[in-house]
Amino acid sequence: MSGSFLRVSIWAYLVIFFLYLLGPLVIMSVTAFNSSAFPRMSPWECLTFQWFDELFRDQRILNGIKNSLIIGAGTVVLSVAMGLAGALMLTQIWPKLRATYYTVIIAPILIPGVVLGISTLVFWDRINRMLGLGADSVLSNGVFLTVIGQSTFIASYCMLVLVARLQRYDVALTEAALDLGATHAQAFRKILLPFMRPAIASAAVLAFLASFENYNTTTFTFGEYPTLTIELAQKVRYGITPSISALAFIIVALTVFFALLNEAKLKRQELVAAVRKNATVEELAGKIKLPSFFAGNAAAVLVVIFAVATITVVGTATAYDPAQCVANVREQKRLEAEQRIQELRQQREEQRKQREAEEAEQGGAQSAPRPSNNSGFGNVFAPNTLGGDSEETQPQSETPPSSNDGFGGAFDPNSLQND
Amino acid sequence: MSAGVGVDLENLWIRFGDFVAVRDANVNINGGDFFSFLGPSGCGKTTILRAVSGFLDPSEGRVLIGGKDMLGIGPNKRPTALIFQNLALFPLMKVWENITFSMEIKGASAAQRRKRADELLDMIALPGQGDKLPSELSGGQRQRVAIARALCAEPDVLLLDEPLSALDLKLRQHMRTELREIQQRVGITFIYITHDQGEALTMSDNIAVMRDGVIDQIATGKTIYNDPNTAFAASFVGENNVFRGKIKQVMGTEAMIATNRSGDLVARISTANQGKMKEGDDAMLFIRPEALAIAPDGATGDHYVTARVKHEEFEGNVFNIFTQGDGGKEIKVSIPNHGQSFQDHTGQSITLEYETQNAVLVPAGELAAE
Repeated sequence: MSGSFLRVSIWAYLVIFFLYLLGPLVIMSVTAFNSSAFPRMSPWECLTFQWFDELFRDQRILNGIKNSLIIGAGTVVLSVAMGLAGALMLTQIWPKLRATYYTVIIAPILIPGVVLGISTLVFWDRINRMLGLGADSVLSNGVFLTVIGQSTFIASYCMLVLVARLQRYDVALTEAALDLGATHAQAFRKILLPFMRPAIASAAVLAFLASFENYNTTTFTFGEYPTLTIELAQKVRYGITPSISALAFIIVALTVFFALLNEAKLKRQELVAAVRKNATVEELAGKIKLPSFFAGNAAAVLVVIFAVATITVVGTATAYDPAQCVANVREQKRLEAEQRIQELRQQREEQRKQREAEEAEQGGAQSAPRPSNNSGFGNVFAPNTLGGDSEETQPQSETPPSSNDGFGGAFDPNSLQND
Repeated sequence: MSAGVGVDLENLWIRFGDFVAVRDANVNINGGDFFSFLGPSGCGKTTILRAVSGFLDPSEGRVLIGGKDMLGIGPNKRPTALIFQNLALFPLMKVWENITFSMEIKGASAAQRRKRADELLDMIALPGQGDKLPSELSGGQRQRVAIARALCAEPDVLLLDEPLSALDLKLRQHMRTELREIQQRVGITFIYITHDQGEALTMSDNIAVMRDGVIDQIATGKTIYNDPNTAFAASFVGENNVFRGKIKQVMGTEAMIATNRSGDLVARISTANQGKMKEGDDAMLFIRPEALAIAPDGATGDHYVTARVKHEEFEGNVFNIFTQGDGGKEIKVSIPNHGQSFQDHTGQSITLEYETQNAVLVPAGELAAE
């Protein structure tokens, strides 16, 4: 009884958790296919691929992606190299200094990106000037500054990833290599580096993603090379369009694809290892190629499904023309809008009539009728009608009776305040 | 490699800060010898090995290999190969790549390496296993791969740092014989580090017994077992019963000590201490369990000890009798099993006898931890 309740609540929790986690992504992805000019899921108008089309026609976005890729590559190279050096140093350094060194190396992660961005800019500008170089030198180049600026803290992330692997490294392996005649460089290249390869790959992916999504630091350093995040931020400033959703969808799809691919690869290695363990050398020669890519590999199946789905969607996109649907929706919208205007007019007319009736009632008390209500346009162009009903009567009651001196109220102290 | 390359340690000191790991070691290792450093963990034997292989510089003194001073010569330039305690096989390389790593460094082609690897795999009785990863091998197989990898570098001196300690007993005993065979086949100098006296005794030509950075004795296994220099060597190598006392009388190569509880006992003074021990000195007398025998009741004299039997056990080849000696310390007696009927003595008081030749007298000193 209580067991089943527990199970139900765990499932409920999981559902809520994943909704919270993935809901926004799903909604954003869906809006990329809605023809509505504002990214939204409902009301659903038409299935369209026009936003992808628009995205790929947007020179600024494409340029931003290009810059992001260049800067990402530079950051990966620099951060992984610095991270590896830092991690190696951590294992070599005098044990008493280790804690201090670690803190210093980790510090950039704790410093706000904005501060890193500004300080990068200021620091390299100073260096640039000290060297007597102009504003077009390498040191003030946006790509260079952004790579340097991002690497200051991304290198720390890389170091954390690399240290974790390095801690499992047996120094005796390097010693064994030296003992067998290798130089230090050979031992590093042939023993340590291959051992670190998985961690280096993770660090590189991490560095690239961190660089790709970085905004705070880049916003100070990009110069003439705005990255994708910078371009997006500038675009959003002038209003958001579904082409940004389309971009988000592409990024999500790519992420899922590579995650699945990685999973499939790992699973495959596992299967191969299992086969190797159970086989003798003679068997291995023939058998190793046999394990089918799919055997017991759910991730691989998913990858293939994913690929098929992508091809289908792209194929549909090229063939599909939502013009008719869009036209229908536009027509419908136009009709709706017209109808709404009609309704509004009717409403206004009724209001006008009502007011006239009221004024007619008050006619005995106030001799002069209010001007300007009798224009031929049914009150639509009357400035007061824009403000709505409630405000219409307020000025009358709030304005204090003006004094009747000869200066037209210019010296009335109240009129100053009213401005 | 016919004569082999010898290794000499001259007045070797190694310090880590204030800690002295090796204290004035002087060792001559002949070319082609199987030489063991035997001692408890932390005695400095691994430090010596690292100094020979070049991972450590001596604080004082010299390490000579083939008569050449090795100071300033890195581990990759020395004619030594080290087999690490944990073997340190390269986990990402296949067995054959592991074995021929030293050739890869020198730029040998893959075909050459393959060929050499196959030869060595045959030698270590692992033919056809070259394409496996080290993790796919058993402990004993990995052990042999490590040896093949070291031998592939064609060292003049092979250094082994407790390579058998991770193996189970059966395999360890098997590998002892195998190591000894390999050493005799390749004819190079082996320097072997161990805390297991069984390994040292069975394999070595010569053994250095170490304690706290000091070498107590360098001799053949037989000599160390029968004629130890120090109380430590006597108690560390093999089982031994100790009797403490003061020297009462020195009679040439023999001496009589007065013990508190067991009366006066006579023993041979160990060779290295002859002429150095005099009356009144504190001394320790060691008798091996197998050198003791049960004497007829009532026998007394300077080579008889009375004791009360605490318990007995049957070990197959021997009966072990554990007695509460008069000195308070347990005395172990091992009586070979010749198929005779064996009388249970538990709770009884018995008299034990020994031959003076089989009891050794050394100056009182630190005993090995049990």
